[in-house]
Amino acid sequence: MDYHFNFSYIWRHFDRLFYGLVLSLELALVSIAIGMIIGLLLALVYVESGKSIRFFVASYVELIRNSPLLLLVYLIFYGIPSIGWFQYSATTSFIVTLSIYSGAYLVEVFRSGLAAVPEGLIDAGKAIGMKPWQRLISIRIPTMFRIVLPALSNTYISLFKDTSIASVIAVPELMYGAQWINFNTFRIIEVYTVITPMYLVTGYVILLSLRQVEKKFAINK
Amino acid sequence: MEAALSSLPYLMDGLLVTLQVTLLVVVFATIIGVILGVGISYGPLWLRIIVRIFSDFIRGIPVLVLIFFVYYGLPAIGINMETFTAAVVALSIFKISHVIENTRGAIQSVHHGQMEAGKAIGLKFHERLIYIIFPIALRRFLPPWINSVADTAKGSALVSLIGVVDLMLAMQKVIGRTYEAMPVYIVGLIIYFIINFSLSLSSRKLEAKYAFIKE
Amino acid sequence: MSHPLIQVKNLYKSFGDTEVLKGVSIDINRGEVVSIIGPSGSGKTTLLRCINVLTKYDKGSIKIDNVEIGYTSDDGKNRKERSENQLSEFRSELGMVFQLFYLFPHLTALENVMLGLRKVRKLSKVKATDQAKYWLQRVGLTEKINSLPSEMSGGQQQRVGIARAVAMDPKVLLLDEITSALDPELVGEVLEVVQKLVEDGMTMIIVTHEMSFAKDVSNRIVFMDEGKIEIDGTPSEIFDSKNERLNTFLARIKK
Repeated sequence: MDYHFNFSYIWRHFDRLFYGLVLSLELALVSIAIGMIIGLLLALVYVESGKSIRFFVASYVELIRNSPLLLLVYLIFYGIPSIGWFQYSATTSFIVTLSIYSGAYLVEVFRSGLAAVPEGLIDAGKAIGMKPWQRLISIRIPTMFRIVLPALSNTYISLFKDTSIASVIAVPELMYGAQWINFNTFRIIEVYTVITPMYLVTGYVILLSLRQVEKKFAINK
Repeated sequence: MEAALSSLPYLMDGLLVTLQVTLLVVVFATIIGVILGVGISYGPLWLRIIVRIFSDFIRGIPVLVLIFFVYYGLPAIGINMETFTAAVVALSIFKISHVIENTRGAIQSVHHGQMEAGKAIGLKFHERLIYIIFPIALRRFLPPWINSVADTAKGSALVSLIGVVDLMLAMQKVIGRTYEAMPVYIVGLIIYFIINFSLSLSSRKLEAKYAFIKE
Repeated sequence: MSHPLIQVKNLYKSFGDTEVLKGVSIDINRGEVVSIIGPSGSGKTTLLRCINVLTKYDKGSIKIDNVEIGYTSDDGKNRKERSENQLSEFRSELGMVFQLFYLFPHLTALENVMLGLRKVRKLSKVKATDQAKYWLQRVGLTEKINSLPSEMSGGQQQRVGIARAVAMDPKVLLLDEITSALDPELVGEVLEVVQKLVEDGMTMIIVTHEMSFAKDVSNRIVFMDEGKIEIDGTPSEIFDSKNERLNTFLARIKK
């Protein structure tokens, strides 16, 4: 093995990695936020609707969940503009893709979360004369969030790792930064030696912080 | 649209490669993962720690990093592989960590009380393993395992990025020739969907069928 | 040859820092039905589980038919623990029924009872099936022989548990609070089965909270408290006893 380690190249361009990491975290955050809105709305629609609407929601969920993320990224970034619908930046298109992607997973999370709200709580609301939408807003949704907190943290960490795919459409997140340094300095091993702990440590820190939040708020059955 | 449809044979070749990659990964990773999963459940402490660290490490990084590292990074320290081999190796490593978790969960789901009932009627350790643990653990293992096969099929799309001509890359090439992006993407979407959806359905059916084990 | 079937001498057992059995001695003779009662934590379940070494005992001796079960000798510093495989020989001669039944969930009632007969007693499939069917019929579950545990009530599952233990033709049956996890209306059907076995002459050690049942079927009742046997006597001796701890315990139960 006559490879000579030289980390100086990495440190010289470290800002690409650092800001790339920040962008990855932001992409994941925005996507999960939009995804939660999509997921929650569709979950509510699903729960309250009849067979035909349920079929459409289920179709969206199944279609997205059974497709590779990479394909969805390409489809939205290259495919949609090609039939003249939109033009948008890589970053925007990736956020759209990841939001739709996470939304599909979150529909199931929220649906089962809503189902897990104890009947007794809802009955208590009925007993004091709350109307259905009041029970929804004040009882069912808040309780559901506490129940699904662990699943939400896992989803966020998962999305954070998935942002690495944005590199293929040149979004300057962490993976792309690594690729850039790679192609310009050929310091492959050093790059991976640096970004691997960056992913690991960031993921772990997020996990720990969310655990703390869970301890305060989550309901554990 | 016609251009897309006439390229169907080429896409099918790509699909074949996708299936080959998926199959190889599933076979390797399952065998090794189950062995390690059993090891982590019954083995000595040092083994459990090593496997744990390995598992957490692999699952903490994006699959893409792993794939690129195996293909681009390893040659720098002298390990060279073809694209196909690198793809299978990287994806296998990734899947092994999931199979280990899956196996561990399945084994531990066998209630210690049922083990004791086995002891009480005089069954020896290997007999308890064969007649009690294995049947129950297998039924707990299968549904998540089928899901992970589907995940592997989806993850295999990433190997197109190191040049393996799978369905994903085949699609790209067709689009490069015909300039009809959307129809090709949609065809590809449908193919992936069919594969993964059937797997996901069987997993759910099995889970419902074996729900009685959850006692 | 008239040694007691089970001889427990000076048994000690600790879990971590807590000493649960503090020098327990008791003999059980063939054909006896002995009930063990006492508050939680008194060590009664631990004692039962030491007899078939599901829980390893630290000091003291337990002999089944004059042979030490947990170790290779009954005293001395050089005795070795028996291996799991050696223990399995002993355990096949003892039957245990558990509070939470622990039926094998992937097997039908018939298969649950047959497993020991086939793999431990090495009976042929035909013989094992016949014997299993016989015992399931004796506990009143003929219509359920092909049902899975998930398709049975708690009382039915427990009766399968009893059949599974008795079908092995054990020297003694160890019953560990077998009705404590059952809904009240299901307790009767299980106690009926135990009654039948008593009438057949089965030797039994019953850990239970069911006082009236214990009084009805037992030759002896043993009261344990804080890791020791307080009193050991006939049912009438026990319930007429002046022992303070016993009467406090009985009073609390009656509530």
